[in-house]
Amino acid sequence: MKFLTTLSLISILLITGCGSPENDKSSAADKTPGSEFTAFELEHGIGPITEDITISTSDLEKIEKGRQIFDSKCAACHLMTERFVGPALGDVTERRSDAFIMNMILNPSDMARKHPEGLKMLAEYMTPMPFQNVTEEDARAITAYLKHLAEQP
Amino acid sequence: MNLSIFTTKKALLGGLLVVAAGLMIAGCPSQQAMIGSADAAQKTYVAPGDYDEFYTFMSGGYSGQVSVFGLPSGRLFKVIPVFSQDPESGYGYYEESKALLHTTYGFQPWDDSHHPHLSQTNGVADGRWLFINANNTPRIARIDLTTFETKEIIEIPNTGGNHGSSFVTENTEYVVGATRFSIPFEPDMDVPIDSYKENFDGALTFLKVDQETGKMNIDFQMIVPPYNYDLARAGKGKSADWYFFTTYNTEQAHTLLEINASRNDKDFVAAVNWKKAAEYVREGRAKKMSTEYYHNTYDAATSMVVSTKKNEVLVLRPEDAPGIMYFLPTPKSPHGVDVDPTGEYLVAGGKLATVIPVHSFSKMLEAIENEDFEETINGIPVLRYEATIAGEVENPGLGPLHTEFDGKGYAYTSVYISSEIVKWSLETFEVVDRIDAYYSIGHLMIPGGDTKKPYGKYMVGLTKTAKDRYLPVGPKQNHPAQLYDISGDRMQLLLDFPTIGEPHYAQAISAAKLRPNIKQIYELEDNHHPHATKSVNNARVERDGDVVRVYMATIRSNFRPDNIEGIRLGDTVYFHITNLEQEWDVVHGFAIKGGQMGEVLLAPGQTKTLKWTPTRTGIYPFYCTAFCSALHQEMQGYVRVSPRGSDVPLTFRTGNL
Repeated sequence: MKFLTTLSLISILLITGCGSPENDKSSAADKTPGSEFTAFELEHGIGPITEDITISTSDLEKIEKGRQIFDSKCAACHLMTERFVGPALGDVTERRSDAFIMNMILNPSDMARKHPEGLKMLAEYMTPMPFQNVTEEDARAITAYLKHLAEQP
Repeated sequence: MNLSIFTTKKALLGGLLVVAAGLMIAGCPSQQAMIGSADAAQKTYVAPGDYDEFYTFMSGGYSGQVSVFGLPSGRLFKVIPVFSQDPESGYGYYEESKALLHTTYGFQPWDDSHHPHLSQTNGVADGRWLFINANNTPRIARIDLTTFETKEIIEIPNTGGNHGSSFVTENTEYVVGATRFSIPFEPDMDVPIDSYKENFDGALTFLKVDQETGKMNIDFQMIVPPYNYDLARAGKGKSADWYFFTTYNTEQAHTLLEINASRNDKDFVAAVNWKKAAEYVREGRAKKMSTEYYHNTYDAATSMVVSTKKNEVLVLRPEDAPGIMYFLPTPKSPHGVDVDPTGEYLVAGGKLATVIPVHSFSKMLEAIENEDFEETINGIPVLRYEATIAGEVENPGLGPLHTEFDGKGYAYTSVYISSEIVKWSLETFEVVDRIDAYYSIGHLMIPGGDTKKPYGKYMVGLTKTAKDRYLPVGPKQNHPAQLYDISGDRMQLLLDFPTIGEPHYAQAISAAKLRPNIKQIYELEDNHHPHATKSVNNARVERDGDVVRVYMATIRSNFRPDNIEGIRLGDTVYFHITNLEQEWDVVHGFAIKGGQMGEVLLAPGQTKTLKWTPTRTGIYPFYCTAFCSALHQEMQGYVRVSPRGSDVPLTFRTGNL
């Protein structure tokens, strides 16, 4: 018992002595949402896409590639018209910017742990979106495919 | 007992106090600063989230597997299934893996793995592959170190007990096999056991390794006298073209070997010039002999194991190939034969000897040149002991076995009977230090200590009995490993930890060298399994007569499909399951009630197949066995099994899809 008490005292010393910024990340949920992000990040998400972009829907080859990747890596969790494991995506391109969609695809783990929109979605859907090993080009193609679908009558 | 626990606790407490005190005084020291202090706890402490300096691969002995530990922490990272079925992962149960365990004696659910050896480039471990031998049903396996998975198992014909294996040459040109129990070469030869001397032969097997893929192929075998071939090592540097093997039972006993194989004062170290032997084979001096063995290889593209039966082997007899094999008399029933980093000294551990004999490679070449022979056995010249011996290490303790090197001029020999490790100088052949082992040490291992460049910092002793070292867990305790600091003049015991199975030998490699090559996922784009379901849109169930194939996909947190009806008694059902996750360490499992093949675990991007032959009608739940998400408990499904001849149509669905 004495051993344990001494051990816990030492543990406290070790913890308080060496608080690292890494440890603080876990308390991100307590922060005022959005306080640590720029206006751009709040609107477009955090990740490799740092500029507002507009993805064209005229490249049919890219749209087909996007469809194939979506079928293999996204369709297990997302439907177009109704909520499934994740949110319905039929109108996602109207709700979110192209940059936001790409950041969500490319950096889902940081989005779910830090970004206010990501935190909201995690609380609602409970399953964090995984990174599905796609390149930036793949994410662009998927976004083009989703925009193309939304444009259909 | 109590005393030792108390001491351990006290030591740990002391160590932590020192750490804490250090923190209060100096702030937050780096891991590097903490290592190098005199305290054992500090030297082995790897802080949460920090990484170990070395990966260590220990053989599993009678577990048949390989376990992966970190050094200096002694933390267990993984057990890699190799020669034995593993219910935890489904290895040896799911269809794709079963073929790896196929042999000419049928499916082998178990074996005894002894000597792991890392592939080498220029005489140092390169982190590409790990080879390991199976002793019981003679085989060698290759583990791919990008995935830590067994990718190939090849059977070794004409061999009984592949013990002197799997040691590689310094550029992994060859991996070697050696028979511990000589047997008749004809596979089904029905002869009296006491016709041993007439009908039994020894075999040394040389397997060529493809430099790109790591695949092994039996290049040739040598037929040698019917002794017991115990351990092996390739030379290095000046001796790189040679393999060395220890022999015992030169008496050729076939019963009560304990006594009958311990009569001769000296047995032999066999030296084989593999390069010259291979040239002779290319020149056509080897003869084709019919035999049979299986070669099972994993195809990375399809995730399928291809099992091929081979029907012949090239055999070379020493009498047809002069100048490739010599015997060096060595006292007495030698066990290990270990080559120092320069390639000059061959250290043989005579397990019944009172000294450690050290042969000199250059003296051996000289003796060959001068034909300094005592006699010739089956075309193999026996060199004179005095002509090859460089020195004898006196007073090494009782029962010296194996030797590793620190690269700083010292050798470390494990000593079984007196349960200790002795450190001795390669210059004076004198013992300079000794330390107790707990208890009855077999192999020892210095990271890189069998290569041209030992790290010379740590040493691991692999001992045979734990007795009172840990809290007791019944009459059988797990085998211990002990970590020593060998950076100073005196060896220091740092840590003592239990292991998996019975580690005979181990290998270690710097984590910095191995870590960058390790894969985090199987990429779906590269999955060409013939039954993969790479999109949920392709999830389906198909019937072909009595065979039903379920093409199933998994992703957090559902199976596609998860409701299946129309299965009938008498059907054979194959669940071909693909994990569509592409995130590191997100694993799904699958098991069905009453399934006779256990469960299967799927790493991200993998496809595996579980076979199921239902024996009763009814509703069978299946579920994900690996906790995968907050909704893991919801990851389940049902299969309906109807009687033979039922007209329930074959249907499948997930939700409304």
